Amino acid sequence: MEAVVADTPKGGVWSGGGNRPFDASYGKMMMWFFIMSDALTFSGFLGAYGLIRFKFLDSWPIADEVFTHIPFVHGDYPMYYVAFMTFILIFSSVTMVLAVDAGKLMQKNKVIVYMGLTIIGGLIFVGSQAWEWKTFINGSYGALQLEDGKIVQFVDASGHQVTLQSFASNAPSERVQHEKHNGLWFVEEATLPSVTLQQVKEGFANNPDIAMRTELINLETKEKTIVSREEANKFLDKAVRVVEGANLTENEYGKTLFADFFFFITGFHGFHVFSGIVINVIIFFNVIIGTYERRGHYEMVEKVGLYWHFVDLVWVFVFTFFYLI
Amino acid sequence: MSNEHSHSHAVLIWKVFGFLSVVTIVEVLLGIYKPASLHLSNVLGTSLLNWIFLILTLVKAYGIAWYFMHLKDEVTWFRRAIVWTVVFLIGYLSFFLLYEGGSLGEIDQQWTRWSYN
Repeated sequence: MEAVVADTPKGGVWSGGGNRPFDASYGKMMMWFFIMSDALTFSGFLGAYGLIRFKFLDSWPIADEVFTHIPFVHGDYPMYYVAFMTFILIFSSVTMVLAVDAGKLMQKNKVIVYMGLTIIGGLIFVGSQAWEWKTFINGSYGALQLEDGKIVQFVDASGHQVTLQSFASNAPSERVQHEKHNGLWFVEEATLPSVTLQQVKEGFANNPDIAMRTELINLETKEKTIVSREEANKFLDKAVRVVEGANLTENEYGKTLFADFFFFITGFHGFHVFSGIVINVIIFFNVIIGTYERRGHYEMVEKVGLYWHFVDLVWVFVFTFFYLI
Repeated sequence: MSNEHSHSHAVLIWKVFGFLSVVTIVEVLLGIYKPASLHLSNVLGTSLLNWIFLILTLVKAYGIAWYFMHLKDEVTWFRRAIVWTVVFLIGYLSFFLLYEGGSLGEIDQQWTRWSYN
Protein backbone atom coordinates (compact mmCIF):
# COMPACT_ATOMS: atom_id res chain seq x y z
CA MET A 1 0.00 0.00 0.00
CA GLU A 2 2.98 2.36 0.04
CA ALA A 3 2.04 3.28 -3.50
CA VAL A 4 -0.82 5.45 -2.24
CA VAL A 5 1.40 7.74 -0.14
CA ALA A 6 2.06 11.02 -1.90
CA ASP A 7 5.18 12.30 -0.12
CA THR A 8 8.49 10.66 -0.75
CA PRO A 9 11.23 9.93 1.77
CA LYS A 10 13.89 10.57 -0.86
CA GLY A 11 12.87 14.22 -1.17
CA GLY A 12 11.61 13.88 -4.74
CA VAL A 13 8.46 15.70 -5.78
CA TRP A 14 5.39 13.96 -7.05
CA SER A 15 4.89 16.35 -9.91
CA GLY A 16 8.36 15.49 -11.11
CA GLY A 17 6.82 12.35 -12.53
CA GLY A 18 8.83 9.77 -10.61
CA ASN A 19 6.13 8.78 -8.17
CA ARG A 20 2.82 7.41 -9.26
CA PRO A 21 0.34 7.04 -6.39
CA PHE A 22 -2.58 4.84 -7.48
CA ASP A 23 -0.43 4.13 -10.54
CA ALA A 24 -1.68 7.41 -12.04
CA SER A 25 0.55 10.31 -13.06
CA TYR A 26 0.18 13.69 -11.38
CA GLY A 27 -1.47 15.26 -14.42
CA LYS A 28 -3.98 12.52 -14.95
CA MET A 29 -4.98 12.39 -11.30
CA MET A 30 -5.47 16.14 -11.15
CA MET A 31 -7.57 16.00 -14.31
CA TRP A 32 -9.74 13.41 -12.59
CA PHE A 33 -10.10 15.54 -9.47
CA PHE A 34 -10.99 18.55 -11.59
CA ILE A 35 -13.60 16.46 -13.39
CA MET A 36 -15.07 15.40 -10.05
CA SER A 37 -15.45 18.99 -8.91
CA ASP A 38 -16.92 19.97 -12.26
CA ALA A 39 -19.35 17.05 -12.04
CA LEU A 40 -20.50 18.36 -8.67
CA THR A 41 -20.98 21.83 -10.14
CA PHE A 42 -23.14 20.45 -12.93
CA SER A 43 -25.13 18.29 -10.53
CA GLY A 44 -25.75 21.39 -8.42
CA PHE A 45 -27.26 23.11 -11.47
CA LEU A 46 -29.26 20.09 -12.59
CA GLY A 47 -30.39 19.52 -8.99
CA ALA A 48 -31.65 23.10 -8.80
CA TYR A 49 -33.48 22.53 -12.07
CA GLY A 50 -35.01 19.37 -10.57
CA LEU A 51 -36.14 21.26 -7.46
CA ILE A 52 -37.92 23.95 -9.49
CA ARG A 53 -39.35 21.35 -11.82
CA PHE A 54 -40.85 19.40 -8.91
CA LYS A 55 -42.13 22.64 -7.44
CA PHE A 56 -44.00 23.43 -10.67
CA LEU A 57 -44.81 19.84 -11.55
CA ASP A 58 -48.35 20.81 -12.60
CA SER A 59 -47.39 23.73 -14.85
CA TRP A 60 -43.90 23.15 -16.29
CA PRO A 61 -43.49 23.48 -20.08
CA ILE A 62 -43.58 20.17 -21.97
CA ALA A 63 -40.23 19.77 -23.75
CA ASP A 64 -41.79 18.01 -26.75
CA GLU A 65 -43.83 21.14 -27.45
CA VAL A 66 -40.88 23.47 -27.06
CA PHE A 67 -38.09 21.86 -29.09
CA THR A 68 -39.88 20.82 -32.25
CA HIS A 69 -37.75 22.32 -34.99
CA ILE A 70 -35.32 20.94 -37.56
CA PRO A 71 -33.26 23.19 -39.84
CA PHE A 72 -34.78 23.71 -43.34
CA VAL A 73 -37.89 21.68 -42.49
CA HIS A 74 -41.27 22.95 -41.37
CA GLY A 75 -43.51 21.07 -39.01
CA ASP A 76 -43.47 19.41 -35.64
CA TYR A 77 -40.51 17.09 -35.13
CA PRO A 78 -39.67 16.78 -31.45
CA MET A 79 -36.44 15.05 -30.38
CA TYR A 80 -34.86 14.47 -33.81
CA TYR A 81 -32.53 17.45 -33.83
CA VAL A 82 -31.29 16.97 -30.29
CA ALA A 83 -30.82 13.26 -30.98
CA PHE A 84 -28.60 14.28 -33.90
CA MET A 85 -26.59 16.52 -31.56
CA THR A 86 -26.22 13.67 -29.09
CA PHE A 87 -24.89 11.38 -31.80
CA ILE A 88 -22.40 13.99 -32.95
CA LEU A 89 -21.03 14.29 -29.43
CA ILE A 90 -20.88 10.54 -28.81
CA PHE A 91 -19.16 10.07 -32.14
CA SER A 92 -16.59 12.75 -31.34
CA SER A 93 -15.99 10.89 -28.09
CA VAL A 94 -15.26 7.76 -30.11
CA THR A 95 -12.74 9.53 -32.34
CA MET A 96 -11.16 11.01 -29.20
CA VAL A 97 -10.73 7.63 -27.55
CA LEU A 98 -9.35 6.25 -30.82
CA ALA A 99 -6.79 9.09 -30.77
CA VAL A 100 -5.81 8.12 -27.21
CA ASP A 101 -5.56 4.51 -28.32
CA ALA A 102 -3.35 5.41 -31.29
CA GLY A 103 -1.23 7.58 -28.99
CA LYS A 104 -0.47 4.63 -26.73
CA LEU A 105 0.86 2.81 -29.79
CA MET A 106 2.88 5.92 -30.80
CA GLN A 107 1.07 6.21 -34.15
CA LYS A 108 1.41 9.93 -34.73
CA ASN A 109 -0.51 10.19 -38.00
CA LYS A 110 -3.51 8.31 -36.63
CA VAL A 111 -3.57 10.60 -33.60
CA ILE A 112 -3.61 13.62 -35.92
CA VAL A 113 -6.52 12.27 -37.99
CA TYR A 114 -8.63 11.24 -35.00
CA MET A 115 -8.02 14.47 -33.09
CA GLY A 116 -8.92 16.46 -36.19
CA LEU A 117 -12.21 14.54 -36.47
CA THR A 118 -12.89 15.18 -32.77
CA ILE A 119 -12.45 18.92 -33.26
CA ILE A 120 -14.80 18.90 -36.25
CA GLY A 121 -17.40 16.99 -34.24
CA GLY A 122 -17.11 19.53 -31.44
CA LEU A 123 -17.55 22.42 -33.86
CA ILE A 124 -20.67 20.83 -35.37
CA PHE A 125 -22.05 20.39 -31.86
CA VAL A 126 -21.57 23.99 -30.73
CA GLY A 127 -22.93 25.16 -34.09
CA SER A 128 -26.03 23.03 -33.55
CA GLN A 129 -26.43 24.40 -30.09
CA ALA A 130 -26.25 27.95 -31.42
CA TRP A 131 -29.05 27.08 -33.84
CA GLU A 132 -31.08 25.53 -31.03
CA TRP A 133 -30.69 28.72 -29.00
CA LYS A 134 -31.63 30.92 -31.95
CA THR A 135 -34.79 28.90 -32.55
CA PHE A 136 -35.75 29.00 -28.89
CA ILE A 137 -35.11 32.75 -28.64
CA ASN A 138 -37.20 33.46 -31.75
CA GLY A 139 -40.09 31.30 -30.53
CA SER A 140 -42.74 29.46 -32.50
CA TYR A 141 -46.31 30.61 -31.88
CA GLY A 142 -46.38 33.53 -29.49
CA ALA A 143 -48.43 33.76 -26.31
CA LEU A 144 -50.02 36.21 -23.89
CA GLN A 145 -48.77 36.90 -20.41
CA LEU A 146 -51.18 37.69 -17.58
CA GLU A 147 -50.59 40.24 -14.87
CA ASP A 148 -49.54 37.50 -12.42
CA GLY A 149 -46.98 36.12 -14.87
CA LYS A 150 -48.97 33.15 -16.21
CA ILE A 151 -48.72 32.35 -19.91
CA VAL A 152 -51.72 31.48 -22.09
CA GLN A 153 -51.40 30.00 -25.57
CA PHE A 154 -53.89 29.50 -28.39
CA VAL A 155 -54.93 26.28 -30.11
CA ASP A 156 -57.20 25.36 -33.01
CA ALA A 157 -60.12 22.92 -32.88
CA SER A 158 -57.78 19.91 -33.09
CA GLY A 159 -55.80 21.11 -30.08
CA HIS A 160 -52.67 22.11 -32.03
CA GLN A 161 -51.08 25.43 -31.22
CA VAL A 162 -51.57 28.28 -33.67
CA THR A 163 -49.55 31.44 -34.16
CA LEU A 164 -50.91 34.74 -32.90
CA GLN A 165 -50.62 36.23 -36.40
CA SER A 166 -52.91 33.56 -37.84
CA PHE A 167 -55.97 34.86 -36.01
CA ALA A 168 -55.13 38.35 -34.71
CA SER A 169 -57.21 41.16 -36.24
CA ASN A 170 -55.45 43.81 -38.26
CA ALA A 171 -56.89 46.69 -36.33
CA PRO A 172 -54.58 49.67 -36.78
CA SER A 173 -52.06 50.28 -34.04
CA GLU A 174 -50.70 53.66 -33.08
CA ARG A 175 -47.63 52.15 -31.53
CA VAL A 176 -44.37 52.38 -33.50
CA GLN A 177 -41.02 50.88 -32.66
CA HIS A 178 -38.83 53.34 -30.85
CA GLU A 179 -35.46 53.66 -32.52
CA LYS A 180 -32.51 55.89 -31.82
CA HIS A 181 -33.08 57.98 -34.94
CA ASN A 182 -36.76 58.69 -34.25
CA GLY A 183 -36.60 59.23 -30.51
CA LEU A 184 -34.18 59.60 -27.66
CA TRP A 185 -30.73 58.58 -28.89
CA PHE A 186 -29.73 57.28 -25.46
CA VAL A 187 -32.80 55.07 -24.94
CA GLU A 188 -33.27 51.65 -26.48
CA GLU A 189 -36.43 49.63 -26.77
CA ALA A 190 -36.74 45.88 -27.21
CA THR A 191 -38.28 44.76 -30.50
CA LEU A 192 -42.05 45.11 -30.44
CA PRO A 193 -44.11 41.92 -30.88
CA SER A 194 -45.55 41.42 -34.36
CA VAL A 195 -49.10 41.85 -33.05
CA THR A 196 -50.56 43.96 -30.27
CA LEU A 197 -52.56 42.76 -27.29
CA GLN A 198 -55.63 44.53 -28.66
CA GLN A 199 -55.31 42.75 -32.02
CA VAL A 200 -55.07 39.37 -30.31
CA LYS A 201 -58.12 40.09 -28.15
CA GLU A 202 -60.19 41.16 -31.16
CA GLY A 203 -58.98 38.22 -33.19
CA PHE A 204 -59.94 35.82 -30.43
CA ALA A 205 -63.43 37.33 -30.23
CA ASN A 206 -63.87 37.06 -34.01
CA ASN A 207 -62.67 33.43 -34.33
CA PRO A 208 -64.92 31.05 -32.38
CA ASP A 209 -62.85 27.99 -33.39
CA ILE A 210 -59.74 29.28 -31.61
CA ALA A 211 -59.41 28.09 -28.02
CA MET A 212 -57.17 29.07 -25.14
CA ARG A 213 -54.70 26.78 -23.40
CA THR A 214 -53.26 27.42 -19.94
CA GLU A 215 -50.02 26.21 -18.41
CA LEU A 216 -51.86 23.86 -16.06
CA ILE A 217 -51.07 20.22 -16.82
CA ASN A 218 -53.76 17.60 -16.40
CA LEU A 219 -51.72 15.03 -14.47
CA GLU A 220 -53.94 12.18 -15.75
CA THR A 221 -53.31 12.83 -19.44
CA LYS A 222 -50.11 14.88 -19.05
CA GLU A 223 -51.45 17.51 -21.41
CA LYS A 224 -51.99 21.22 -20.99
CA THR A 225 -55.53 22.26 -20.06
CA ILE A 226 -57.77 23.90 -22.67
CA VAL A 227 -60.30 26.21 -21.04
CA SER A 228 -63.84 27.13 -22.08
CA ARG A 229 -64.50 30.34 -23.99
CA GLU A 230 -66.21 31.92 -21.01
CA GLU A 231 -63.20 31.15 -18.83
CA ALA A 232 -60.86 32.29 -21.59
CA ASN A 233 -62.42 35.75 -21.67
CA LYS A 234 -61.68 36.14 -17.97
CA PHE A 235 -58.07 35.18 -18.64
CA LEU A 236 -57.96 37.71 -21.49
CA ASP A 237 -59.06 40.46 -19.13
CA LYS A 238 -55.94 39.76 -17.07
CA ALA A 239 -53.58 39.70 -20.06
CA VAL A 240 -51.00 42.47 -20.05
CA ARG A 241 -48.70 41.77 -22.98
CA VAL A 242 -47.77 39.70 -25.99
CA VAL A 243 -44.75 37.42 -25.61
CA GLU A 244 -42.92 36.07 -28.65
CA GLY A 245 -39.93 33.82 -28.13
CA ALA A 246 -37.94 33.41 -24.97
CA ASN A 247 -35.22 35.20 -23.07
CA LEU A 248 -34.15 35.53 -19.45
CA THR A 249 -37.19 37.61 -18.47
CA GLU A 250 -40.04 36.14 -20.52
CA ASN A 251 -40.85 32.85 -22.20
CA GLU A 252 -43.76 32.18 -24.53
CA TYR A 253 -43.58 28.43 -23.75
CA GLY A 254 -44.45 28.90 -20.08
CA LYS A 255 -42.43 29.43 -16.94
CA THR A 256 -39.63 31.97 -17.35
CA LEU A 257 -37.50 29.78 -15.08
CA PHE A 258 -37.56 27.13 -17.79
CA ALA A 259 -35.84 29.55 -20.18
CA ASP A 260 -33.42 30.66 -17.46
CA PHE A 261 -32.34 27.11 -16.64
CA PHE A 262 -32.17 26.20 -20.31
CA PHE A 263 -29.88 29.10 -21.16
CA PHE A 264 -27.79 28.67 -18.05
CA ILE A 265 -27.25 24.92 -18.12
CA THR A 266 -26.92 24.36 -21.87
CA GLY A 267 -24.86 27.55 -21.99
CA PHE A 268 -22.52 26.32 -19.27
CA HIS A 269 -22.23 22.99 -21.05
CA GLY A 270 -21.69 24.72 -24.40
CA PHE A 271 -18.93 26.77 -22.82
CA HIS A 272 -17.29 23.52 -21.70
CA VAL A 273 -17.53 22.18 -25.25
CA PHE A 274 -16.01 25.39 -26.56
CA SER A 275 -13.09 25.30 -24.14
CA GLY A 276 -12.68 21.59 -24.92
CA ILE A 277 -12.33 22.48 -28.60
CA VAL A 278 -9.73 25.14 -27.80
CA ILE A 279 -7.68 22.71 -25.70
CA ASN A 280 -8.06 20.03 -28.37
CA VAL A 281 -6.78 22.42 -31.04
CA ILE A 282 -3.71 23.26 -28.95
CA ILE A 283 -2.91 19.59 -28.38
CA PHE A 284 -3.68 18.84 -32.05
CA PHE A 285 -0.94 21.25 -33.16
CA ASN A 286 1.42 19.92 -30.49
CA VAL A 287 0.93 16.46 -31.96
CA ILE A 288 1.62 17.75 -35.47
CA ILE A 289 4.89 19.44 -34.50
CA GLY A 290 5.97 16.26 -32.74
CA THR A 291 6.03 17.43 -29.11
CA TYR A 292 4.77 14.12 -27.74
CA GLU A 293 6.87 12.07 -30.13
CA ARG A 294 9.95 13.70 -28.56
CA ARG A 295 8.51 13.36 -25.04
CA GLY A 296 8.16 9.66 -25.66
CA HIS A 297 4.47 9.36 -24.71
CA TYR A 298 1.07 10.77 -25.64
CA GLU A 299 -0.31 11.15 -22.14
CA MET A 300 -1.38 14.73 -22.84
CA VAL A 301 -3.80 13.41 -25.47
CA GLU A 302 -5.20 11.07 -22.82
CA LYS A 303 -5.71 13.95 -20.39
CA VAL A 304 -7.59 16.19 -22.83
CA GLY A 305 -9.46 13.05 -23.83
CA LEU A 306 -10.69 12.68 -20.24
CA TYR A 307 -12.00 16.24 -20.32
CA TRP A 308 -13.68 15.71 -23.68
CA HIS A 309 -15.40 12.52 -22.52
CA PHE A 310 -16.57 14.31 -19.41
CA VAL A 311 -18.24 16.96 -21.57
CA ASP A 312 -20.00 14.15 -23.44
CA LEU A 313 -20.98 12.57 -20.13
CA VAL A 314 -22.57 15.81 -18.95
CA TRP A 315 -24.50 16.13 -22.21
CA VAL A 316 -25.96 12.66 -21.67
CA PHE A 317 -27.50 13.97 -18.44
CA VAL A 318 -28.55 17.35 -19.85
CA PHE A 319 -30.21 15.51 -22.76
CA THR A 320 -32.14 13.30 -20.34
CA PHE A 321 -33.30 16.01 -17.94
CA PHE A 322 -34.14 18.71 -20.48
CA TYR A 323 -35.49 16.74 -23.40
CA LEU A 324 -36.60 13.29 -22.26
CA ILE A 325 -37.98 13.51 -18.74
CA MET B 1 0.40 -1.95 -17.64
CA SER B 2 3.01 -2.52 -20.30
CA ASN B 3 0.90 -5.16 -22.00
CA GLU B 4 -1.78 -2.61 -22.78
CA HIS B 5 0.63 -0.54 -24.79
CA SER B 6 1.25 -3.32 -27.21
CA HIS B 7 -2.18 -3.75 -28.81
CA SER B 8 -5.06 -1.56 -29.94
CA HIS B 9 -8.46 -1.45 -28.25
CA ALA B 10 -10.18 -0.22 -31.42
CA VAL B 11 -12.56 -3.18 -31.66
CA LEU B 12 -13.76 -2.71 -28.07
CA ILE B 13 -14.20 1.04 -28.66
CA TRP B 14 -16.45 0.47 -31.68
CA LYS B 15 -18.46 -2.09 -29.73
CA VAL B 16 -19.02 0.42 -26.93
CA PHE B 17 -20.02 3.03 -29.51
CA GLY B 18 -22.55 0.58 -30.98
CA PHE B 19 -23.96 -0.07 -27.53
CA LEU B 20 -24.24 3.64 -26.67
CA SER B 21 -25.92 4.31 -30.02
CA VAL B 22 -28.49 1.57 -29.49
CA VAL B 23 -29.31 2.92 -26.02
CA THR B 24 -29.66 6.46 -27.41
CA ILE B 25 -31.93 5.26 -30.24
CA VAL B 26 -34.14 3.43 -27.74
CA GLU B 27 -34.34 6.60 -25.61
CA VAL B 28 -35.22 8.77 -28.59
CA LEU B 29 -37.89 6.34 -29.84
CA LEU B 30 -39.45 6.15 -26.37
CA GLY B 31 -39.26 9.95 -26.18
CA ILE B 32 -41.05 10.38 -29.52
CA TYR B 33 -43.78 7.76 -29.10
CA LYS B 34 -44.20 7.98 -25.31
CA PRO B 35 -46.20 4.75 -24.87
CA ALA B 36 -49.20 5.68 -22.71
CA SER B 37 -48.77 2.65 -20.44
CA LEU B 38 -45.31 3.88 -19.43
CA HIS B 39 -45.85 7.62 -19.74
CA LEU B 40 -49.05 7.87 -17.70
CA SER B 41 -48.03 5.51 -14.93
CA ASN B 42 -46.75 6.59 -11.53
CA VAL B 43 -44.09 4.55 -9.78
CA LEU B 44 -42.23 6.01 -6.78
CA GLY B 45 -43.01 9.62 -7.55
CA THR B 46 -42.63 9.72 -11.31
CA SER B 47 -43.67 7.83 -14.43
CA LEU B 48 -42.22 4.47 -15.39
CA LEU B 49 -40.98 6.11 -18.60
CA ASN B 50 -38.91 8.60 -16.60
CA TRP B 51 -37.39 5.77 -14.56
CA ILE B 52 -36.44 4.00 -17.79
CA PHE B 53 -34.81 7.20 -19.10
CA LEU B 54 -32.91 7.63 -15.85
CA ILE B 55 -31.63 4.06 -15.78
CA LEU B 56 -30.61 4.14 -19.46
CA THR B 57 -28.78 7.40 -18.80
CA LEU B 58 -26.84 5.86 -15.93
CA VAL B 59 -26.01 2.89 -18.16
CA LYS B 60 -24.66 5.28 -20.79
CA ALA B 61 -22.67 7.17 -18.15
CA TYR B 62 -21.17 3.85 -17.04
CA GLY B 63 -20.19 3.00 -20.63
CA ILE B 64 -18.51 6.37 -21.16
CA ALA B 65 -16.69 6.42 -17.81
CA TRP B 66 -15.55 2.81 -17.82
CA TYR B 67 -14.53 2.35 -21.45
CA PHE B 68 -13.93 5.81 -22.94
CA MET B 69 -12.39 7.36 -19.83
CA HIS B 70 -10.61 4.08 -19.05
CA LEU B 71 -11.80 3.86 -15.44
CA LYS B 72 -11.83 0.12 -16.04
CA ASP B 73 -8.05 0.15 -16.37
CA GLU B 74 -7.35 2.29 -13.30
CA VAL B 75 -6.23 0.88 -9.97
CA THR B 76 -9.27 -0.32 -7.99
CA TRP B 77 -9.01 2.23 -5.17
CA PHE B 78 -8.35 5.15 -7.51
CA ARG B 79 -11.54 4.22 -9.34
CA ARG B 80 -13.44 3.95 -6.07
CA ALA B 81 -12.06 7.27 -4.81
CA ILE B 82 -13.59 8.92 -7.87
CA VAL B 83 -16.82 6.98 -8.34
CA TRP B 84 -17.91 6.51 -4.73
CA THR B 85 -17.27 10.16 -3.85
CA VAL B 86 -19.23 11.50 -6.79
CA VAL B 87 -22.08 9.01 -6.50
CA PHE B 88 -22.49 9.64 -2.77
CA LEU B 89 -22.40 13.44 -2.98
CA ILE B 90 -24.66 13.70 -6.02
CA GLY B 91 -27.12 11.17 -4.62
CA TYR B 92 -27.26 13.06 -1.32
CA LEU B 93 -27.72 16.45 -2.96
CA SER B 94 -30.30 15.27 -5.50
CA PHE B 95 -32.41 13.43 -2.94
CA PHE B 96 -32.85 16.47 -0.72
CA LEU B 97 -33.27 18.95 -3.57
CA LEU B 98 -35.95 16.86 -5.25
CA TYR B 99 -37.70 16.06 -1.98
CA GLU B 100 -37.73 19.73 -1.06
CA GLY B 101 -38.97 20.63 -4.54
CA GLY B 102 -41.94 18.33 -4.03
CA SER B 103 -42.77 19.99 -0.69
CA LEU B 104 -42.48 23.47 -2.18
CA GLY B 105 -44.81 22.34 -4.95
CA GLU B 106 -47.47 21.13 -2.52
CA ILE B 107 -47.49 24.54 -0.85
CA ASP B 108 -47.33 26.46 -4.12
CA GLN B 109 -50.22 24.56 -5.65
CA GLN B 110 -52.51 25.53 -2.78
CA TRP B 111 -51.98 29.19 -3.52
CA THR B 112 -52.01 29.23 -7.30
CA ARG B 113 -55.29 30.18 -8.93
CA TRP B 114 -56.18 28.69 -12.28
CA SER B 115 -59.47 30.54 -12.75
CA TYR B 116 -60.40 34.17 -12.34
CA ASN B 117 -63.97 34.19 -11.09
